[in-house]
Amino acid sequence: MREVAIIGIGDTKFGELWDMSFRQIGIQAGLAAVHDAKLRAEDIDALYVGNMSAGRFIEQEHVAALIADYSGMARDFTPATRVEAAGASGGLALRQGYMAVASGMHDIVVVGGAEKMTDVPDGLSNDIQNSAADRQWECTFGATFPSLHAMIARRYMHQYGATREQIAQVAVKNHKHGSLNPKAQFQKEITLDTVLKAPMVAEPLGMFDCAPNSDGAAAVVLCSMEKARNYTDVPIKILASAQASDTLALHGRPDICTFRATQAAAQRAFKQARLEPKHIHLAEVHDNFTISELLAVEDLGFFAKGSGGKATADGQTLIGGQVAVNTSGGLKARGDPIGATGVAQVVELVTQLRGQAGKRQVADAKYGLAQNVGGTGGTVVVHILGVA
Amino acid sequence: MTSRVGIVSYGAYVPRFRIAPKEIGRVWGSDGEAMGKNLMIFSKSVPAPDEDVITISTEAAREMMQRVDVDPSRIGALYVGSESHPYAVKPSGTIVAEAIGAVPNLTIADLEFACKAGTAGIQMCMGLVASHMIDYGVAIGADTSQGAPGDPLEYSASAGGAAYLIGREKIIAYLNATYSFSTDTPDFWRREGQPYPSHGGRFTGEPAYFKHVQATAKGIMAKVGSQASDYQYAIFHQPNGKFPSRVAKMLGFTDEQIKTGLLTPRIGNTYSGAVPLGLAAVLDEAKPGDRILAVAYGSGAGGDGFDMTVTDEIEKVRGRSQMTMAKLLEKQEFLDYATYAKFRGKIRLKEGST
Amino acid sequence: MATARFWRENASMYNLIASRCTACGALQFPPRTFCPVCHRRSLGKMERFKLKGEGEIYSFSIVHEATADLEMQKPYVLAMMRMDEGVMLTAQVVDCKLEDAKIGLRVRAVLRLLSEEGPDGVIHYGYKFVPLA
Repeated sequence: MREVAIIGIGDTKFGELWDMSFRQIGIQAGLAAVHDAKLRAEDIDALYVGNMSAGRFIEQEHVAALIADYSGMARDFTPATRVEAAGASGGLALRQGYMAVASGMHDIVVVGGAEKMTDVPDGLSNDIQNSAADRQWECTFGATFPSLHAMIARRYMHQYGATREQIAQVAVKNHKHGSLNPKAQFQKEITLDTVLKAPMVAEPLGMFDCAPNSDGAAAVVLCSMEKARNYTDVPIKILASAQASDTLALHGRPDICTFRATQAAAQRAFKQARLEPKHIHLAEVHDNFTISELLAVEDLGFFAKGSGGKATADGQTLIGGQVAVNTSGGLKARGDPIGATGVAQVVELVTQLRGQAGKRQVADAKYGLAQNVGGTGGTVVVHILGVA
Repeated sequence: MTSRVGIVSYGAYVPRFRIAPKEIGRVWGSDGEAMGKNLMIFSKSVPAPDEDVITISTEAAREMMQRVDVDPSRIGALYVGSESHPYAVKPSGTIVAEAIGAVPNLTIADLEFACKAGTAGIQMCMGLVASHMIDYGVAIGADTSQGAPGDPLEYSASAGGAAYLIGREKIIAYLNATYSFSTDTPDFWRREGQPYPSHGGRFTGEPAYFKHVQATAKGIMAKVGSQASDYQYAIFHQPNGKFPSRVAKMLGFTDEQIKTGLLTPRIGNTYSGAVPLGLAAVLDEAKPGDRILAVAYGSGAGGDGFDMTVTDEIEKVRGRSQMTMAKLLEKQEFLDYATYAKFRGKIRLKEGST
Repeated sequence: MATARFWRENASMYNLIASRCTACGALQFPPRTFCPVCHRRSLGKMERFKLKGEGEIYSFSIVHEATADLEMQKPYVLAMMRMDEGVMLTAQVVDCKLEDAKIGLRVRAVLRLLSEEGPDGVIHYGYKFVPLA
């Protein structure tokens, strides 16, 4: 297996992009990444596209072919593959691209993620997102995607004595980071009070505990490490690419306050990278809900189980803290176009590791970790990147 | 070959929401409290948005099965009588039968005869069981009836149901005899597709309810050679609290005899559930040897009368369940008219996709 | 209309029919064709197992943003129930004041209306839970 590097990145702003269609956002990000890598279309061996549910959002399946076509790669009959794992679609697409290059199958691969969520009414959008859970045995009985996370939050508070305020701090922190990110959907800081007093979605989680619906796309270009410097002066190495699965339904787990798939994927990733959690000072984790970030930082090994809330409240996950988590603003403030998120996390890490993060730069960032989750932890993908 | 048959077990269910006549009157500009006094109805039951005749029947039938050790696969017939079946075509009975494990070797049908569809089912089971065509039959009377907004019926139309297991073994109350009196009398009706029933005003009294209930009562008592004083309990159909008291008096029954089985003042008129529920309340306290008269009435019109004798078995069956009518009726939560209208689908919602 | 997709699960939705691996004794709800623990050892050794219907709340949430089917009932209690037999499932808790919902509350299963596929569609029934007391 050869080493794989990221030689180009690109993304759109995330938000309600009324003027842009799905294909437009896909190619905007893709072209930016290809341009960043100084490539031409004929250099690209394959395309991987992460997308959760174009079939229901825009009544379009076969989206890899669509993106290949509209980004000009159909001219060269470039192979294109769509990858789906609910919220982990982007991270999983990256993993497929990584495996293609690492195995020697392909030399240069573009991985993109895109989702167009705002062409349907909110009610339908929520229902589409519900299909990340167990439709037949959770949703049929009244579970919504936020309510499943709300149950995690309540149990978490019950088991570890964490407070509502500690959970809410995740949103405050991520908005603070988001205010430093010109591509973020929300660039305004918010107060703890705003989070606590927000309209309830599923108690104890309110509107500000939940990532927004967003349109957006992100893309990266992968290349074998040995050829990377032909394209860029700042190649970023993928030190590890790992994945794990767990039960689809939350009620299939013995303990809902731990995502075992995060733990398993992280263990595999750290082993591959020959690193430990203590080496990581920069991470993009899947905060589709505030509580999810607390579970993530614990399950990844940054903080002891149950102490993530206190660590967040103490500022340990702010830029400058023990591990800067979600410097992009996270899903909460940066936005969460589902299929794009996993790729956008990596775009942020690369930006940081290249030293190009401007106001939100983490000093001396050497390694970065991205954790991307599908459903309530049925799929988790973890990547570790490092300066080459 | 025919054998004596009777009730082997019973179960009841009444939804816990209520609305008071005063609250209904408030919205429609009537003196609701006076209406309530006039009808002798002080509250009526309201089904939750996720309850209907099928869920009510299931709850009652499950309660009924819980009291006895009868293998549900021995049930040979199941009938659900109602005027508010969730489907116009597709029987409530199949879902109830599935939910109590009685499928597939049985006959099922849904019945309609206004408020006496449940008791009609009891009669059908009596025949099938007595003739040994089946071992056990289940008859359920349940309703989630509606009254048009602002109509007097709105003060009384309510929800609830009870289930009866009819058999030949371990009988808790013999069904000694049954008699029915039926004529074509259009006192109260609902056309297919109409959400609310219509009625003939004062025509529903003397030529309808009183004529048929009296004829049925006299008919069953003549059949068994009994008189009013022979009965410890009498249950009459109860569209309001007044009619049964009046007909009881006309027939020579005392308030004491009808008291236990008269639930309408507290829960409203549960239509096909009315006499079945009244009987369940009586069975909760009747002693071995007690004689019970039950006369159901259905608009359209007809009456089903039953003469029953309670046996020693009743103590065992009663002892198996924590639930009594008294306990069931304790759980009540009063609604305002807006919530009631929302629950009962009386508010016009947006149609089409979200 | 997703008629068959729900009809097929009636036994579990109405009567909480689970499966039990006779090789290792583990229970699964909803029922499975083979045991997720024993795998091949369980082939041909799975049996139907009816849950009693009683359990306790493991966690819950009061849902304010509901799906279209549950608009009439919001805010409602959604909970994960740990059944007495050990398996866990997800369902609404009804006939319970919102403030009375708590972790550890004993509940029992009842049959309620879950949803309907429009005014001319099939009605789906299934389990919900009520406080045991």
